[in-house]
Amino acid sequence: MQTVTLDSSLEGVDQGEALILDAARRLGFDEDALHEIGVSVRESLVNAVAHGNRFNAKKKVHLMLSEEPDKLCIEIADEGAGFDADAVPDPLGEGNLLRQSGRGLLMIRAFMDEVSVTRREPSGTLVRMVKLRRPAA
Amino acid sequence: MSLKLSIRQVGDVTVIDAAGRMTLGEGSSDFRDKIKELTASGNKRILLNLGEVNYIDSSGIGELVSSFTSVSTAGGALKLLNLTKRVQDLLQITKLYTVFEVFDDETSAIRSF
Repeated sequence: MQTVTLDSSLEGVDQGEALILDAARRLGFDEDALHEIGVSVRESLVNAVAHGNRFNAKKKVHLMLSEEPDKLCIEIADEGAGFDADAVPDPLGEGNLLRQSGRGLLMIRAFMDEVSVTRREPSGTLVRMVKLRRPAA
Repeated sequence: MSLKLSIRQVGDVTVIDAAGRMTLGEGSSDFRDKIKELTASGNKRILLNLGEVNYIDSSGIGELVSSFTSVSTAGGALKLLNLTKRVQDLLQITKLYTVFEVFDDETSAIRSF
């Protein structure tokens, strides 16, 4: 397991996305999977930086990466007040399609094979996601 | 690569050719400003060509939706042209294909306004 600490900034988001994509390339994920992993990691990092840590320079984002032959496991944790994923209005719900925000988790769940969102103690949110590497057809 | 926007006029339709990434901090707010500028100057028939846009995040999707709403509220229309497979997939995931009119042929798109 590799752990990296990132600043609560868009530069931190770029750094984290690049690191994960390098690892995914090493594991042999194809271009479509790389795109899905990149979008998911970026969405999660933006949530951590913007909504969790609220761009507070004193707070950090912790990115954990575990490479296995058949999958990539990613954990992203912030130091914010915590986040209740069930409280986010369903972006596909009646009357919500034209909302400007609230689609990040929907996209992550569509692109990754496993996703969980939990509260950290004493504070913060932990997002864990897994992408399976499928053999070439 | 951040988002690049080029504007051209075809009859009474304003075509925006977009290229690059449409993400938080990489041009999605430039897009919003451009739409505001166009509608304020009376250009309310807008065709957005996304043929060179391969990456949109939820912030970029939010800007598309927000612009669609503001142009519609002003009495105009914002339509989409030349979606890449990845952007098409995003519109499917978010069900926004039910909101936007999408074309893969510019002539047909221009005629539809």
